[in-house]
Amino acid sequence: MAADSTNRPSDARMRVIRGRNRALLLVLVGLAVLFYALTFVRMGGH
Amino acid sequence: MPSVIVSPVAGAAVGDYVQILKPRVMSLVVFTGIVGLAVAPGHLHPFLAAVAILCIAVGAGASGAINMWYDRDIDRVMRRTASRPLPAGRMLPGEALGFGCVLAVGSVAVMGIAVNWSAAALLALTIAFYVFVYTMWLKRRTPQNIVIGGAAGALPPLIGWAAVTGDVGWGAIALFAIIFFWTPPHFWALSLYKSDEYAAAGIPMLPVVAGARETKRQMLLYTLVLWPVTAAPWLLGLAGPVYAAGAGVLSLMFTLCAVRVWRDDSERSARQMFAFSLAYLFLIFALLLADHGVGGWR
Repeated sequence: MAADSTNRPSDARMRVIRGRNRALLLVLVGLAVLFYALTFVRMGGH
Repeated sequence: MPSVIVSPVAGAAVGDYVQILKPRVMSLVVFTGIVGLAVAPGHLHPFLAAVAILCIAVGAGASGAINMWYDRDIDRVMRRTASRPLPAGRMLPGEALGFGCVLAVGSVAVMGIAVNWSAAALLALTIAFYVFVYTMWLKRRTPQNIVIGGAAGALPPLIGWAAVTGDVGWGAIALFAIIFFWTPPHFWALSLYKSDEYAAAGIPMLPVVAGARETKRQMLLYTLVLWPVTAAPWLLGLAGPVYAAGAGVLSLMFTLCAVRVWRDDSERSARQMFAFSLAYLFLIFALLLADHGVGGWR
């Protein structure tokens, strides 16, 4: 267990990683919505 | 290019990724793209128009990210750029390059699929011109770097126009010309009071190579060229007399700024001209947009 605690990322690094993960989630959801809406608009003949 | 040692401790944060997209530059690029899209003859579905603007923004950001990757060595030398994520060591060079490339390919692909391939080709040309012609070729070699390289910053209205029409008309070329001829006095105003930093970084900006006097002379000439160039949208029937009058007043003020810079050797007038140049371009395009929105001249 001692080895695990020394390899654990610091709080600062964890905050950065969490922030990046959330941003990536937003981007992926945004892209899914974008392509979903795009499909409807294009199918409408535009 | 000299290697740069970076050792990100906590890794790049979301804010660093946003910063390498050069959001302030992006905002002006997006605005001119919107105006190109709005004044183009024809109609584009509002959702597709929004996608086109998003692609222009992301493409501009991609150019900025790749530019920061390439220029990380000289960015360390200049105070203005030393706190950027790469020179400050908060981001690895490969992260910035990969991020920029993914955004560049993604923005061009989405533009092509969602809007049309003419706009996508122009977007690809803009990114390639900024990265290969301006950043990698001209910037460190010639004092005409921002004159020729300015074409990249002038292309967004053409992309917006092409998103609507599928081609490039004379009106779009007039919008291109306004930004193209605005770029030299805008950047040279900045480089007049940052010439020490540019010299230390080895960038041959005009004040560094030819001196302040020659730079001021050329700045004044460019502001005079902007008189007929900004009148072109009116002469082409793209805008009405309200735009023509407003553009005339703004160009007069821009020329007066250049005259003050010519006569005044202090930094203050150059700083004021740089600030006014940003307002000038924004207001010229805002006038075009407003004039088109009112539409009373048609």
